[in-house]
Amino acid sequence: MKKNACLIPLYVWTAVFVLFPLAIVIYFAFTRAGGTGFEFSLEGFSRLADPMYLGVVLKSFKIAIISTLVCILCGYPAAYILARSRSRAKFIIVILMLLPMWMNFLLRTYSWLSILENTGIINTVLASLGLPKVRFLYNEGAVILGTVYNYLPFMIMPIYITLLKLDESHLEAAADLGANPFQAFLRVTLPFSVPGILSGVSMVFVPSVTTFVISQLMGGGKVPLIGDVIEQQFRVVNDWHFGSALSVVIMVIVLIFMHFINRGDVESGTGNGGRILR
Amino acid sequence: MGERILELSGIYKTFDGMDVLNGINLYIEKNEFLTLLGPSGCGKTTLLRIIGGFLTPTQGDIFYRGKRINDVPPHKRNINTVFQRYALFPKMTVGENIAFGPNIKKWDKKKIDRDVDEMLELVSLRGFRDRDVTTLSGGQQQRVAVARALINKPDILLLDEPLGALDLKLRKEMQIELKRIQQESGITFAYVTHDQEEALTMSDTIVVMNGGKIQQIGTPQDIYNEPKNAFVADFIGDSNILCATMVRDLEVKFLDCIFPCIDRGFGENAPVDVVLRPEDVILVPKCENLPSGEVVSSIFKGVHYEMRVDVCGETIIAQSTVNCPPGSIVSLRVDPENIQVMHKSENSPDRKKITSDEISEVEI
Repeated sequence: MKKNACLIPLYVWTAVFVLFPLAIVIYFAFTRAGGTGFEFSLEGFSRLADPMYLGVVLKSFKIAIISTLVCILCGYPAAYILARSRSRAKFIIVILMLLPMWMNFLLRTYSWLSILENTGIINTVLASLGLPKVRFLYNEGAVILGTVYNYLPFMIMPIYITLLKLDESHLEAAADLGANPFQAFLRVTLPFSVPGILSGVSMVFVPSVTTFVISQLMGGGKVPLIGDVIEQQFRVVNDWHFGSALSVVIMVIVLIFMHFINRGDVESGTGNGGRILR
Repeated sequence: MGERILELSGIYKTFDGMDVLNGINLYIEKNEFLTLLGPSGCGKTTLLRIIGGFLTPTQGDIFYRGKRINDVPPHKRNINTVFQRYALFPKMTVGENIAFGPNIKKWDKKKIDRDVDEMLELVSLRGFRDRDVTTLSGGQQQRVAVARALINKPDILLLDEPLGALDLKLRKEMQIELKRIQQESGITFAYVTHDQEEALTMSDTIVVMNGGKIQQIGTPQDIYNEPKNAFVADFIGDSNILCATMVRDLEVKFLDCIFPCIDRGFGENAPVDVVLRPEDVILVPKCENLPSGEVVSSIFKGVHYEMRVDVCGETIIAQSTVNCPPGSIVSLRVDPENIQVMHKSENSPDRKKITSDEISEVEI
């Protein structure tokens, strides 16, 4: 009885901040504006069959998957070097990596614009060297760059924290048993860091799928993602029903995705990452 | 004796300006159980890590079957280690842990399978093959660590205080177990410990170390019965270490009495140290020609009584199955062959006194 009483604030919190908003979204997703008010309808979902929207959904996932992979490829070595380093500068580097995260998201993305745009820093340098200007912005690559830049720290941190816990003696044991440094990495370090990678993936992939600011700024509206479409429905078209339906679909897909991530985490043992669904 | 498989020559190791090893010369013979024994900080683990290849000596050479191997990394040495805290791979089963080395070396799958079973048998863990290593007890993890190293058929197995984390009873069992495994497998063991009893129980050869130097190398019997200096005598077993004078060959004077002994060659009236093992000090009724004193305390230890006797300002420990109650006046008798005469060393009782006096002067 007492235990349950302790949980009451949690239930209230969950009801107010999670269930209630979610219920509103679902309500809008399954209704449409009728003559006398809202009536039940699957219209929002059926419009998703439109190849245009389907294409946007696929592109969103494609960009999110590529961004996540790039984050792993860039983030893992960084986390590894940091975790293995005994330098005192290491903590300063960790702070520096976190620093941009404490700055405004828009500001960070705008700063990339001033670096990459036609009259930006790189192109100014190229022009002064007599080289032709390069068009960096307003394509998929730019959106991926923006996504990777914004979410990379969320990949580095969980991997870094997992690798910190790796006992040096396990690597010595691997070397002792005949493993060269590369084999020791593959058989000891990498499996050990899987929970960190999975945690990083869930922290990067989910926001990447639904981002809209990055695609608008870096893609200049030429690479519309699902987040942009949803935003449009609410702010421009004023079709809350279709916008909610889109949100629900994305949420279901992400839930399925997270289920697999968590299962991988459980199977990999220590499971100190990606606990979002547990 | 056997073939020398490993030789260390003039090994020095310095960490941040601190000398940890000071000129170690040592060889390891095939099939022997060699123990590096010493107090913590004496450099024994450093020496073991140099043999394993995890550290390189600041100066000096390591020869493996005559070949210099200073720069050979651990994974290329046919030497395996049982680490202090075992370092078992947490995400693998017992069987996968043991098969780690053979898998790296790409042995035939059937052979790996057979050898893993053989190893489990050797370390008495049959049926544990698919168990998760994190569910094992300390003693079982210890056995897995031994099996994981031994399956590679190393020329030398290094063990770094492997029993340190176990309780006393288990430790005694594992001592006998390790000795049996060593004899059955025929593999050379180099064992590090600070526990003198462990060293005496298991070893063929004991290397006593202190302050980064080897103090004495010998069989357990040599080390116990004929310690070369006061440090060894003090470290191995209980002992009375006294300042003495070698009057002439076969006669040594301590506690204001001249005792016959069996040592010679120290010169005349030479200052020396003598060691008397408590079990060799015989308490007899007061007698004029022997040093006498009052029994200060008597403790019942199970098999024997341990008496402390105050003689000429020195406290002498004696063990006997016969109790002498505190307050009684007794004399000490020691048989000539039980008096171990040693050269003076930095651990001599009088040197120690000088240093403690110096310290108290500084404090004043």
